[in-house]
Amino acid sequence: MDSLQQRSSTVQEPPGAVPAYRPTPPPAWQPRTDPGPLLPDAEPLRVLGTDAVADADPALLLRLYAELIRGRRYNTQATALTKQGRLAVYPSTTGQEACEVAAALALEERDWLFPSYRDTLAAVARGLDPVQALTLLRGDWHTGYDPREHRIAPLCTPLATQLPHAVGLAHAARLKGDDVVALAMVGDGGTSEGDFHEALNFAAVWQAPVVFFVQNNGFAISVPLAKQTAAPSLAHKAVGYGMPGRLVDGNDAVAVHQVLTEAVARARRGGGPTLVEAITYRIDAHTNADDATRYRAAGEVETWRAHDPILILERELTERGLLDEDGRRAAAEAAETMAAELRERMNADPVLDPMELFSHVYAEQTTQLREQAAQLRAELEAEGEA
Amino acid sequence: MTTATTGPTAAKAAKAAGAAGKPKPATMAQALQRAMRDAMAEDPTVHVMGEDVGTLGGVFRVTDGLAKEFGEDRCTDTPLAEAGILGAAVGMAMYGLRPVVEMQFDAFAYPAFEQLISHVAKMRNRTRGAMPMPIVIRVPYGGGIGGVEHHSDSSEAYYMATPGLHVVTPATVEDAYGLLRAAIASDDPVVFLEPKRLYWSKSDWSPEAPAPVEPIGKAVVRRRGTGATLITYGPSVPVCLEAAEAAQAEGWDLEVVDLRSLVPFDDETVCASVRRTGRAVVVHESTGFAGPGAEIAARVMERCFHHLEAPVLRVAGFDIPYPPPMLERHHLPGVDRVLDAVARLQWEAQS
Repeated sequence: MDSLQQRSSTVQEPPGAVPAYRPTPPPAWQPRTDPGPLLPDAEPLRVLGTDAVADADPALLLRLYAELIRGRRYNTQATALTKQGRLAVYPSTTGQEACEVAAALALEERDWLFPSYRDTLAAVARGLDPVQALTLLRGDWHTGYDPREHRIAPLCTPLATQLPHAVGLAHAARLKGDDVVALAMVGDGGTSEGDFHEALNFAAVWQAPVVFFVQNNGFAISVPLAKQTAAPSLAHKAVGYGMPGRLVDGNDAVAVHQVLTEAVARARRGGGPTLVEAITYRIDAHTNADDATRYRAAGEVETWRAHDPILILERELTERGLLDEDGRRAAAEAAETMAAELRERMNADPVLDPMELFSHVYAEQTTQLREQAAQLRAELEAEGEA
Repeated sequence: MTTATTGPTAAKAAKAAGAAGKPKPATMAQALQRAMRDAMAEDPTVHVMGEDVGTLGGVFRVTDGLAKEFGEDRCTDTPLAEAGILGAAVGMAMYGLRPVVEMQFDAFAYPAFEQLISHVAKMRNRTRGAMPMPIVIRVPYGGGIGGVEHHSDSSEAYYMATPGLHVVTPATVEDAYGLLRAAIASDDPVVFLEPKRLYWSKSDWSPEAPAPVEPIGKAVVRRRGTGATLITYGPSVPVCLEAAEAAQAEGWDLEVVDLRSLVPFDDETVCASVRRTGRAVVVHESTGFAGPGAEIAARVMERCFHHLEAPVLRVAGFDIPYPPPMLERHHLPGVDRVLDAVARLQWEAQS
């Protein structure tokens, strides 16, 4: 030890020698992006019940109201259809209709929606035929519509796997020079999946025109948010990817519509992706197969019922004199007509062609599939003769 | 076509081309690069993407020069995330592009399995044909190059077990070009398995006059024989051809069938060969238990039972996780193990 110290203090460079290597310290680290503007506000954005609502377009408020009423009725009707055995399962969005409706209305016709299995209502609010939207849950086919025709990706059952699709589609659209935006929907549980991370990272690196819309309804089936993440909020995750995070009251249809519309516009003008977290609540159980009383208190549900998306918008419309008893009745009747038609059409047994099992595996059937199709055809003929 | 011997045919073509301009020897890696380049030049919707495929040209240099020639939007270095790469490719295909993604190494593809199985393979089916997935997933696979752990897996059985995917693997330079062109042209997803240890194999292959691109799904007889059929693919094809040459000394005349396409499976070519020879050995380096050979042997047994003089045998890698490189030669089926299997086919019964 002594000799080492001695050596370092007595080093002499001979005259004319190459100067000893003197490492220069690396430059001081600088963040690539100022994280400040990316961080969400401490409080979710609210418009209803605040002064900001005065700026809201009355026509938009009435449109949102009509869609919320229709959406609520759709939820109750579809839930009833599961009890009648007409649907295998229905994940209700009762209490979350503001998110569903605002997602659909924030998009232009050329934009794309990437729904999860719970977002049937967003697809319907976008204009998809209600029966076509339910084929997955009814069990007559996986996707009942042409995604390209409606610009709605198939309802996605695996969690968060549709998010990278939204990124790829938005990226491809931009490469082609189209000003198309993709809005991808996911629940709070889905934000724990690896595909959530990879999608957000790709979107930010590529500056893809995507909006990620998290409906935080409190529970992933039975697991509460506190057991899902330790992040300050799900919107805070955005800063780690280098995109803005926005927090919004998910039961305030006007606020959700405003935040999503801004994020879509930002993406469209080349501003890149945004992560929006809507704080909402799932009033019903996860699906009809779930017993929500096992993991949450009734009092909690009642608190959220008092903050119902329809209730708070209706209050605003009534106070402003935009909605009276006649208006309420008209909206309810329109929703009832939709429900009656849905009931009637869902009560008809679908006609299925078993031979279609082999039609869409490959562009051309393989020899092996042709052989199996022949086998099934023979079995069907034998059934017909018996 | 099913009985064409591509090797000699290509050699003839090379001789013919020799008058105009002698073809230079090309490696399989170069032929694969050329296939992507030609496809990208012909079709602006073809996009190559993956980790390191751009500036570096891929860790095996298979995508060398594509980013320079076509720009980074057409040959894209992505973040390091296989599920993200393939998931983004799904969205790009939804919008009308034809992505060719690289998975860098066999075992690195596993994080992308959910995207592959739940979406790539099923999207056509889920949407009743409305949304095909013309994606090529290039996977350098297999051992024999001294790779460390997680760099030498043969994962073909996983892909073969998934309806909706095509699974192909070239064994020659000519096929590397032709099969990859066909895979990119396919409207269905193709898992394109590239045998790593054949990347540097050479052929007098002329990129100026490449062999015509055949639709995928056809096996080829690489060597004619009468005594037994060796059914094989990818990295085991050269092993079987060498074994067939060595077998001549024993008086055994072996036929070698190169499957090229595992899905769809060419029952016709395989069974025609086995009916001619009456004996069959399936050879691959993937594990044997529930491996590709199990399916192939069962198919041959079901279709050729009355023509068989002996049970169909399998020569495969051992049923172990891929071994460390210093031991891999004991695991990989070599010429001797193939010849031992041929001997077990009760050869004397025929003579």
